[in-house]
Amino acid sequence: MMTFIRPTALAAAAAVALSIATAAAGNAADISGAGSTFIYPVFAKWADTYKKETGIGLNYQSIGSGGGIKQVIAKTVTFGATDKPLSDEDLGKNGLVQFPMVMGGIVPIVNVEGIKPGELVLDGKTLAEIYLGDITSWDDDAIKALNPGLNLPSLAIAVVHRSDGSGTTFNFTDYLSKVSADWKDKVGSDTAVEWPVGVGAKGSEGVANMVMQTAGGIGYDEYAYAAQNNLSYARMENAAGKIVEPSLETFGAAAANADWQGATNFHVIITNQPGDNSWPIAASTWVLIHKAPEDAVAAGDALKFFDWAYKNGKDAAKGLDYVSIPDNVVGLIEATWSDIKADGKPVYTVGQ
Amino acid sequence: MMGLCVAAALIGLAWLALILGALLWNGLSGLVPAVFTHMTPPPGEAGGLLNAIAGSVVMTVIAVIVGTPIGILAGTYMAEYGRFSRLTIVVRFINDILLSAPSIIVGLFVYVLMVKPMGHFSAVAGSVALAILVIPVVVRTTEDMLNLVPNALREAGTAIGAPRWVVIRSVAYRAALSSIITGVLLAVARISGETAPLLFTALNNQFWSVDLNAPIASLPVTIFQFALSPYAEWQQLAWTGALIITFAVLLLSIVARALTVRREDR
Amino acid sequence: MTAPAVARDARVRRFALTDSLFHALTRAAAILVLLLLGGVAVSLFLGAWPALSHFGPAFLVTESWNPVREKFGALAPIYGTLVTSAIAILIAVPIGIGIAIFLTELCPRPLRRPIGMAVELLAGIPSIIYGIWGLFVFAPFMQTVVQPFVIGLFHDVPGLSALFAGPPYGIGILTSGLILAIMVLPFISSITRDVFDTVPAMLKESAYGIGCTTWEVTRRVVIPYTRVGIMGGVMLGLGRALGETMAVTFVIGNAHRIHASLFAPGTTISASIANEFTEAVGDLYTSSLVALGLILFVITFLILAAARLMLLRTGHKAGA
Repeated sequence: MMTFIRPTALAAAAAVALSIATAAAGNAADISGAGSTFIYPVFAKWADTYKKETGIGLNYQSIGSGGGIKQVIAKTVTFGATDKPLSDEDLGKNGLVQFPMVMGGIVPIVNVEGIKPGELVLDGKTLAEIYLGDITSWDDDAIKALNPGLNLPSLAIAVVHRSDGSGTTFNFTDYLSKVSADWKDKVGSDTAVEWPVGVGAKGSEGVANMVMQTAGGIGYDEYAYAAQNNLSYARMENAAGKIVEPSLETFGAAAANADWQGATNFHVIITNQPGDNSWPIAASTWVLIHKAPEDAVAAGDALKFFDWAYKNGKDAAKGLDYVSIPDNVVGLIEATWSDIKADGKPVYTVGQ
Repeated sequence: MMGLCVAAALIGLAWLALILGALLWNGLSGLVPAVFTHMTPPPGEAGGLLNAIAGSVVMTVIAVIVGTPIGILAGTYMAEYGRFSRLTIVVRFINDILLSAPSIIVGLFVYVLMVKPMGHFSAVAGSVALAILVIPVVVRTTEDMLNLVPNALREAGTAIGAPRWVVIRSVAYRAALSSIITGVLLAVARISGETAPLLFTALNNQFWSVDLNAPIASLPVTIFQFALSPYAEWQQLAWTGALIITFAVLLLSIVARALTVRREDR
Repeated sequence: MTAPAVARDARVRRFALTDSLFHALTRAAAILVLLLLGGVAVSLFLGAWPALSHFGPAFLVTESWNPVREKFGALAPIYGTLVTSAIAILIAVPIGIGIAIFLTELCPRPLRRPIGMAVELLAGIPSIIYGIWGLFVFAPFMQTVVQPFVIGLFHDVPGLSALFAGPPYGIGILTSGLILAIMVLPFISSITRDVFDTVPAMLKESAYGIGCTTWEVTRRVVIPYTRVGIMGGVMLGLGRALGETMAVTFVIGNAHRIHASLFAPGTTISASIANEFTEAVGDLYTSSLVALGLILFVITFLILAAARLMLLRTGHKAGA
């Protein structure tokens, strides 16, 4: 027995010593957050720089928007992040406030032989009909009409969508619902939907792989993903009837043209926004935080970090192909922070 | 017909070679010392997996410390005191179900049991989830191995007047020691690759942390997040992590089996 | 009473006390194992209750899975779980038994242990590794090589053409089934090999003695003798295939549809949970996913119970 117990006892002693050592080190409490995978790379980048500058870490984990909402309601994290904004009712019921943190774009990616990146043009109605299964071939008249100069082959369209629940899917289907009554009626918008046709692939990487390997494939991915991997994207006709390239400028234009002022709780989904230069499938991620936090210090630290990120995180976001929130919108957001109070006092005052 | 049996064996070996080959092909180029000395990086920067490896080691060690004694004691009951009791039959049956229960369900269980009441994710919760996966493996091997200890040995112990627990401790355990260690090693192999139960318990951590009361990084969850990311550096780290974890687990399995051989030869 | 006698009495009492303490301790540990499983089952049931009470028995037979309209049915994941597991078993059983025969009857003795160990190492590879390998290496291979070939081969054979209908996506029911087959193979081969070892040498030798070939001995003596034990091993492999999460999640396509073609995307219970749980918003959606978990738990329970009973029966038969 003794020979047996020794390694276990040793290990136990080591573990105890380890935990005491870390307790003694007493690191300043990290800010904790969880949710959207869409925003994860930006948070990871910001957190790294912020830790170097202030010594305070941010532990943000991409467990998915749904997970983020559940965890912030269960108070297991200080803030949550979601790609699908909560309704006023849900916010009120759970005592939460929400505001946008960063934006990006979603682009259709295609694999048709002989067609180079950016050559193909699609509009919302056609995209919806492709995903409904009404348009099944690349030489369909609707696609030809949009691309008079292109030699489109008579090739079956292989529709690819995300297999996992995703904020990207939410924004994509939200756009299709806005431009196609048929889509809104038959499918609707959510992080996962009942797809009429196509194959599901796991994650952005899965969608990209599937489209690249399937002749005639079409899918949708975050712009950051498409840009980093040089995927063959399509241009889109926007709400103003103009054909636009996906780029940080056109996503920014969509955000700038959105009516943030008139919306309660920043509940604006920035797909299909007006403006000649707006990319039609833009997306944003919201942060959720308790209005009356139990831990005022943690909530204050989190807001301080967001403030820092709005002001100092623009270049980092751009480097990762995300769009930061325009300054005028940041002003609106930070004005609402005075409502986040503990013991009657705001937990953080901007400009400290 | 027998040719087909040879073919079957070749197929089995070919699969192993294909999978290990893919891991080496994709992971080896990223296997630099920095992997073991640097933290997981933000996207677009070079870095390592130190915090993830440390987190996995911490949680695995705790899970083994918690799970092993429970497993050994339960296995002891089933093979010694309760060899013919009804409880043993029920536990053995239930244990086999736990052995194959989907690990994501164990993760959800620990989330309800610990994460929610505690109010935050923690290394402890992750360790408990892993411990729940350790227990059935250890129970199984302990019971099997104690059953193999010849009764003559026990009777000899009893004949010289030793009480039962002394017989178990000094005779049965000693005879089955290497096999019980094998069981523990197999359990470690089983949990070190688990992703699903950690997602809702230990969460993950971008930075260095071995604080048991805070979220902690782990190799499988890091691989999961990095493998599906757009950034080349992260994807490379995911493959390298996959290579490390697979070879660590395979090494453990081989050690476990080598120990069993020694016992059989004796 | 003399002093030594008193001391001996005390010692005996102390021994008896320690012994009953140790007995109680081991018993408590055994009961704890029971409680853990009970706890898992109860928490699952509580989590699944909102969905089960809302949809009723229809939950089991509804194919539609619509998060937008909050209408959920478990038929497609149940179908996918059973079909992928069946494919895995159909492929892994002959190969696994072949390996076991090879190892016990054919293989040169010095090679037995290394080859047996190599096959069993397949069981040690973490399932997330199978997932990544499946997505990045195996699925493209299926898409570019295997599926176009099979579709071409069967496209005018009635029945089979529907079973292997395109387009070749690479991922889907068949790919998942094949990956599961690799994963359960070591379980089946090692258990089969163990039960083959229980066949008394005398039986085999008598058969060889009357001039049977190795194949005849295997076919007429070894396999009939161990049939029930092999079934138990198959059932354990099946249990593993049913519950496997991460590997399938990557290559199944997660489509809640039932399709005649094995090349079509589908979903399994555990893949649905892993794919959707983190992004699921709304109580009914979450609860429906947990209810899927409960169904899987029940299926696994039944199959393992069957496996255990069969293994018990071989135990009696072998007189062990």
